[in-house]
Amino acid sequence: MNSWIIAGTAVAYLLLLSLIAWRAESVRKKGKSWINNGYVYALSLAVYCTAWTYYGSVGRAATNGPDFLTIYIGPTILCALFWPVLLKIIRICRTQGISSIADLVSTRYGKNFSLAILVTIFCVLGMIPYIALQLKAIATSFDLLAGTTGKTDQSIWKDSTFYGTMLLTVFILFFGTRSVDAAEKHEGLIAAIAFESVIKLVAFLAAGLFITYGVFNGFTDLFQQAAAQPQLQQLFTLQENNAYTSWFSMLTLSFFAMLFLPRQFQVNVVENLDEDHLKTAGWIFPLYLFIINLFVVPIALAGSVLYPITSANPDLYVLNIPLEKGKYLLSLLIFIGGFSAATGMIIVETIALTTMISNHLALPLLFSNNRLHQVPRSNLSAIVMWVRRGSILLVIGLALLYDKLVAEQYSLVSIGLVSFAAVAQLAPAVLGGLYWKGASKNGALAGLAAGFSCWLFTLLLPSLAGAGLLDESMLANGYFEISWLKPHALFGLNTLDPVSHSLFWSLLLNSSFFFLVSINSRKGTTETYQAELFVDFLNKDKYAAEPAVWRDTASLPALRVLLQNFIGPDRAGSLLQKYATRHQISLTTSTADPRLVQFTEKILAGVIGSASAHILVSRVAKAEELSMEEVLNLLKESQQLMELNKELKRKSIELTRASEQLSALNQQLMAMDEVKDEFLYTVTHELRTPLTSIRALTELVHDNPEMPEPKKTEFLAAVVRETERLSHLITQVLNLERFESGRQLLDLQTVQIKELIGETLSDIQPLTQLKRLRIELQYDSPDLTMEADPALIRQVLYNLLTNAIRFSPEATTIIITATVSGNYLEVSVSDQGKGIPETSLELIFDKFYQAPNQTLKKPEGSGLGLAISKKIIELHSGKIWAQNREEGGACFIFTLPLSQTNR
Amino acid sequence: MPEKKILVVDDDPYILMSLEFLMQKNGYSVIVARNGREALHLAEQEKPDLVLLDIMMPDVDGFAICEYIKQQPALKDTIVVFLSAKTRESDLRKGLELGAAKYVFKPFSTRSLIKEINQLLH
Repeated sequence: MNSWIIAGTAVAYLLLLSLIAWRAESVRKKGKSWINNGYVYALSLAVYCTAWTYYGSVGRAATNGPDFLTIYIGPTILCALFWPVLLKIIRICRTQGISSIADLVSTRYGKNFSLAILVTIFCVLGMIPYIALQLKAIATSFDLLAGTTGKTDQSIWKDSTFYGTMLLTVFILFFGTRSVDAAEKHEGLIAAIAFESVIKLVAFLAAGLFITYGVFNGFTDLFQQAAAQPQLQQLFTLQENNAYTSWFSMLTLSFFAMLFLPRQFQVNVVENLDEDHLKTAGWIFPLYLFIINLFVVPIALAGSVLYPITSANPDLYVLNIPLEKGKYLLSLLIFIGGFSAATGMIIVETIALTTMISNHLALPLLFSNNRLHQVPRSNLSAIVMWVRRGSILLVIGLALLYDKLVAEQYSLVSIGLVSFAAVAQLAPAVLGGLYWKGASKNGALAGLAAGFSCWLFTLLLPSLAGAGLLDESMLANGYFEISWLKPHALFGLNTLDPVSHSLFWSLLLNSSFFFLVSINSRKGTTETYQAELFVDFLNKDKYAAEPAVWRDTASLPALRVLLQNFIGPDRAGSLLQKYATRHQISLTTSTADPRLVQFTEKILAGVIGSASAHILVSRVAKAEELSMEEVLNLLKESQQLMELNKELKRKSIELTRASEQLSALNQQLMAMDEVKDEFLYTVTHELRTPLTSIRALTELVHDNPEMPEPKKTEFLAAVVRETERLSHLITQVLNLERFESGRQLLDLQTVQIKELIGETLSDIQPLTQLKRLRIELQYDSPDLTMEADPALIRQVLYNLLTNAIRFSPEATTIIITATVSGNYLEVSVSDQGKGIPETSLELIFDKFYQAPNQTLKKPEGSGLGLAISKKIIELHSGKIWAQNREEGGACFIFTLPLSQTNR
Repeated sequence: MPEKKILVVDDDPYILMSLEFLMQKNGYSVIVARNGREALHLAEQEKPDLVLLDIMMPDVDGFAICEYIKQQPALKDTIVVFLSAKTRESDLRKGLELGAAKYVFKPFSTRSLIKEINQLLH
């Protein structure tokens, strides 16, 4: 075909694109928009499908089988399942005026220059091969169509790639630098990109339909013919050992590529007009990917069937087949489709890279220049524009160079994968920065540097070596002839394909450095503040406002001048006015409201990047940055506001719980009060009984002087005994009270239990004699000593023995035993009385409790003896209980620890 | 007119001793019971005109004895006077509801007690 016709068509196509872009922008000026809907947004995302998809997928399918699909499954997973990540990035970038992926990383880590520069350099290095790949695709398809393949003159002036590139550059220069604000939407450009997405889809489908139905008789015929060739079957089964790792690494690469490729960042985030478009794109974009891949396998099979032996380039099957069948018009359409895929990518990628280069490399360099140190007086927006244009030329020039020097040697897909692996290195710093406050600037720097270096040594340099630019022997022998530094088998890891191998090592080193350095480094004020904003605040609400970081007010005129220098007086005036009206800020004052300073920085960030903007504004505003403490206070305030409801709810729950606890406590207190009342009542009741006798008896003696002397003596003796009983009772009550209040302290001594029992027995000897009782003693080890309060233990023994005597029938035996078991002494006192009812065995230790089977007469005791005994034993950390003996009679047992020190 | 018969019930021997003396001194015939069961038995057997009744006793309490007496047709004219160290308002009310004529708190004065008894029996 005549090359002038082809070139003419390409030029006409570019003119059509310009027309569309120009129309879109004039529509925009009338207040309408072609691109403000989810469908156009989804089509603009389809800039993901480049010449690589258009030609390369078929090539990959023909040589590697179905693994080309992984490149499209990754983005599908992202859009369908992980869109909240994208949404978070979109929100953050909108509120912070972020205009590129490098800007995002730099802003997150305290608006750091070094990070912006690092990311920019590596994005440029990573993307140049990718842009070159597109140029290569345009050139090879052109040569195939024009029939000039293999005849390429080495002179650049006769090279079709060069002229195509020049045309494209003019287009980009015109539509890519319309506005000085890089964060501003490129209305015309996006309209053109969406149109290109339609063209490449239509053209590829046309090719697929022609090949399937025009050359073959439909899918069945095509597959049957292909099935007849055994070498083709191998392509469609997973046979390689590392097929799964390869699939996995391709999936990972494409997932990250969809997020971090500069051009994807441009269309996904920077050019996004409304985050709701994300929902539509969530299914339209995967659908687009599905449709455009529908004919990849049929075309690959058709090519393999038609050219089984010849070395026809599989990348070009899609164009080659219609051309050989003489369908020139169709071939031209297919060429334009590929052309649109390539140009779309080049346009967006170049603009994205240009923004980074100018904002993070060129402009900071200019601003660090002494002559521009003062507030610039000249129209800086013109400088910014020219820097941008220069950057565009630089990017395209580099791509052209790479294309000439390297790209000839490699297939489309393998060049693309090198680029994908480069941007995958951004994953730890970006994703970590979005979700982990602990991520630090130093961590990000270390991780990125490690990841990029690893990528450089395992993918980029080998590709240069493969092209003969470097010594090829290092591929086989390793860097510096060190065998474990072989670029494709680092540290002896030789079981992976080069891309998986590079991805494995680079991401491993990257993440490790990122994590380890992050947790070991201190963070500055801005960094901490940005971390809080990124992880917690900005993504919460669609309309979230950013809190102010500036404390001091700046001079308003100075601020205005700064803004005017970059975006012109008209736009500066109207933006300030709008912002002031919306936030009810006065513009007539001499000092600017802190929010205006913030706003100015955001606008400037869109023009020159956040790091530069931050420095310029702080210079003009002469405002000090807030101290760490103040920033944290500010953040706390916002947090308090945001979580006010939650807090209130929590407080009310706490209150309810507290009041419940209070009422429970109150009930407990009331119960304790009742116990106390009951005890007092019982005590007074017990006191009243002897008092009654005393009063009645003395009154009678007093009122009856004629009373016979024996009677009088009997009465007075009773009065004496009742008085004794009364004072004993009072003493016991006071004793018990002392034990219960915990005021009784133990006077611990080393004592022999045998001695204590002996002393008690001699005290009560008169009582035992009276009832003719026999005492039987059984000692385990007579010399046994223990730690105890002897007076108190004697009191217990006395209580138990007097009880036993009281309930023993005349002339029976009381048995006392003392045995040792473990660290405890066990003492028992048994009688041969009628025992204790089972239901009373525990109750008898209660105060004033009387077992119901005592019918004869009121016991002589106070009713407190057992209660006091129990308290004494418990004070010694022992136990006391009662049981009935099988042979009849009651048995009281208590245990005491031998030593009180380690209880 | 035959001597009025009084049953004195208390588990405290000294109180019993003083009451027995007091009642005899004032011309009454006295029977004593030292626990609840004895009291029930003697009340049925002797049909006293008045019962001086303690409440807190280990086997059967005074309230139960009073209730029993008031249920017996043969004892419908028997006057019950409680003598108790239980000084709560609720105990007093309960005793009177059960049909007692008086509820006297311990410790009591023998002088006023005998006046009350004399009034109740004449």
